[in-house]
Amino acid sequence: MTDDAVGLPPHRDSELSVWPRLEALLPQVTKPIQYVGGELGAVVKDWDAATVRWALMYPDAYEVGLPNQGVQILYEVLNELPDVLAERTYAVWPDLEQLMRTHGVPQFTVDAHRSVRRFDVFGISFSTELGYTNLLTAIDLAGIPMRAADRTEADPVIVAGGHAAFNPEPIADFIDAAVLGDGEEAVLEITTIVREWKAEGSPGGRDELLLRLARTESVYVPRFYDVDYLPDGRIQRVVPNRPDVPFRVHKRTTMDLDAWPYPKKPLVPLAETVHERYAVEIFRGCTRGCRFCQAGMITRPVRERSITTVGQMVQQGLEFSGFHEVGLLSLSSADHSEIGDMCSGLAEQYAGTNVSLSLPSTRVDAFNIDLAQELSRNGRRTGLTFAPEGGSERIRKVINKMVSKEDLIRTVVTAYTNGWRQVKLYFMCGLPTETDEDVLEIADMAHEVIRAGRAATGSKDIRCTVSIGGFVPKPHTPFQWASMSAPEVIDGRLKLLKQAINADRSLGRAIGFRYHDGEPSLIEGLLSRGDRRVGAVIHQVWRNGGRFDGWSEHFSYQRWVDAAAETLPAFGVDLDWYTIRERDELEVLPWDHLDSGLDKDWLWQDWQDSLSQYEQDDCRWTPCFDCGVCPSMDTEIQIGPTGRKLLPLTPVTALKVPTAAQQ
Amino acid sequence: MRFTSHRDFARAFERALRRAAVPVAFSQGFTPHPKISYASAAPTGVASEAEYLEVGLQATVDPEQLRVALDAALSPGLDVLEVVVAAGGSLAERMEASYWRIELPDVDPEVAQRAVSAFVAADEVQVERMTKQGRRTFDARGAVTRIDVLPPVETPSGAADSSCAILELVVRQVTPSVRPDDVLSGLRVVAALEPPVSPRVIRLAQGMLTAQGAIVDPLDADRDGAAIGEH
Repeated sequence: MTDDAVGLPPHRDSELSVWPRLEALLPQVTKPIQYVGGELGAVVKDWDAATVRWALMYPDAYEVGLPNQGVQILYEVLNELPDVLAERTYAVWPDLEQLMRTHGVPQFTVDAHRSVRRFDVFGISFSTELGYTNLLTAIDLAGIPMRAADRTEADPVIVAGGHAAFNPEPIADFIDAAVLGDGEEAVLEITTIVREWKAEGSPGGRDELLLRLARTESVYVPRFYDVDYLPDGRIQRVVPNRPDVPFRVHKRTTMDLDAWPYPKKPLVPLAETVHERYAVEIFRGCTRGCRFCQAGMITRPVRERSITTVGQMVQQGLEFSGFHEVGLLSLSSADHSEIGDMCSGLAEQYAGTNVSLSLPSTRVDAFNIDLAQELSRNGRRTGLTFAPEGGSERIRKVINKMVSKEDLIRTVVTAYTNGWRQVKLYFMCGLPTETDEDVLEIADMAHEVIRAGRAATGSKDIRCTVSIGGFVPKPHTPFQWASMSAPEVIDGRLKLLKQAINADRSLGRAIGFRYHDGEPSLIEGLLSRGDRRVGAVIHQVWRNGGRFDGWSEHFSYQRWVDAAAETLPAFGVDLDWYTIRERDELEVLPWDHLDSGLDKDWLWQDWQDSLSQYEQDDCRWTPCFDCGVCPSMDTEIQIGPTGRKLLPLTPVTALKVPTAAQQ
Repeated sequence: MRFTSHRDFARAFERALRRAAVPVAFSQGFTPHPKISYASAAPTGVASEAEYLEVGLQATVDPEQLRVALDAALSPGLDVLEVVVAAGGSLAERMEASYWRIELPDVDPEVAQRAVSAFVAADEVQVERMTKQGRRTFDARGAVTRIDVLPPVETPSGAADSSCAILELVVRQVTPSVRPDDVLSGLRVVAALEPPVSPRVIRLAQGMLTAQGAIVDPLDADRDGAAIGEH
């Protein structure tokens, strides 16, 4: 099967490569190595031998996008199929974008430097909504019509995935489809549909292909749904505009992570990136129930990877990559049923080597310190991070982050007495029902941590950093109805907090303070809970030069405010309407037709519980509280313990010299 | 690969050592580092067929086995050409000069020849470059012991249909170092030569400089005896 099926003239591989034209531009740009490809683990396949061709994008700079687990996993899963080819593309910096426009070089993949427009499917993974403007740049540079409605058989099907795809409405005009949930099996299903459709001679063109995707009930095709609005601007309903299309689209859940041990061959770049480590996801999903946490809500149920699979993945991943750092990832890593054995087993296996182990996302308790001690056996004890998220006991009940002040202080002091000198405390500002007092309690907590730490260690050489993020209400969480605080309110509270921390100069000297301004959070809020009308704002911001909005040096709040003021009044709404307005129970939310498994009534009940500061337990250890995910998705909690242990590794003593056959 | 910075290369090389299970010696101290010293690395954006480095090992290995293992562990385009056991002495000190080739697409070789002649005729040519210490002015002429324009031929990199001037030059290792782009700046100063397209630069060799201006392979002194060349 060649391109003939999609109506394109036959061509040679070399004609597809933009490399000669790109290479001439690279000496003029910063960090040209990021556009070169050639990573260890990268795959370049014969174009003509492939039936289905995917371009995968992480819509941020290469240094951020390359380590992304999601893209790496899908890249590997797809390339394992003999007749499928997957390549990667990332957002280009404005200096190269300018040159590409001047010299007519299109958006390209880094693997074989092929033009993105020539692929069958263009998949983009959104971890954050702030990547939307970069999507528009990529579509435009690729030479693909900006609006999905204007595309033809000569254009790839643009599919969005990742957490932000749980509400893709703001980018509904620009994408052809969105996939909710786990990607491993979804990409295979889409591949099968594209393959069959092409083999049949592409009957019915693009419309038929999209219809076949929509009929799976797990691929959302925005153009097949109409949105009606009420006179006051709220949504009246979202309904299919043709037969054969499901009323609701359901998320995908990959069960049995042991059957999907990816990445096996992690990408190892020549260029410097934000994470230089072999990362293995030790479980997916989280039922801690933090009410602000979209990741925890939309990835349920908890599915563990077994201790032995993790051990094997680490061993093979390190051997393949040459990395000397391992990250054990998940949403709350200390909650794995065999985390203790896993950490001590790995520490034992890699004792005396230069391999270091890290465990991000842990909770606040003494057990966590035991684990950290295990992991830093032969290394340094530089820093530990704890996330109480809320400053006061009251606000922690609102967000369902169950940790008492006493526990926190005890845990941090234990860290200090065990040799750690630096502890980072992470909080959020702008939470529902929050007052100045809730935020000011962060200062008390930090002071007490330093006071107790100095008393316990007898040393003044201990520090803590208070790091504050802005709260953004997200779809499919109990806070999806909540109002946001105006940026001035957030910035005012942060100023008061800073004064309170420094009110005691002796203690204040040992406390670092880092925060984000309220403005970017407000825009993230607009995008995360926006509907299709917000697409006009995104498009306008992009036309006015908006790029890399996740980067503070590129983000312009004014550009967003102006674009919102130019486009939204035509619809009778405005920026405040999307952000600081609280929604009521009966309002149709833009993502109601997209099914994350969570029962909307349960989410509303949890929102009410939150307002009355009623806490919710974790269903791994207490009875099911009927969030709705397991029955509606036909899934179940998959946790250990398996009772197995990690065995010692046989040390490698000989050089690894490849045999002639492998050369 | 020419866009790889020295830092990028160093990281890739250390990972290759681990992948190939090379018994590297580590420095003592709180954060042990592998014992590797890089001799006179080519600037970013420049291709090279002649880079050298030294690695300290904890155990004896067969040099050819090490070459094959490391070559396989490095990305395509980073090739290990030869491994020898160091006989002693400083490898860096043997890097007295480099032999460079500069391709100037869309530059008429005769125009290039006039610029080179003016450059050679000058006693010194002051050029400017941004360094870590800020903007510096220095002489780009003194360190150039030889510079020629090759007779016109098709360029190997494919810019065949337009004219392309090719320069070859030998530059001594001096402080501040004179790089090929400094020589190009020199040609701009003496003859207003402005290449319309980015030049392609490649290092063909480096090593000791004989009285006759030839470059001697820096590994001659250790031959049959661990330095590694890559390009």
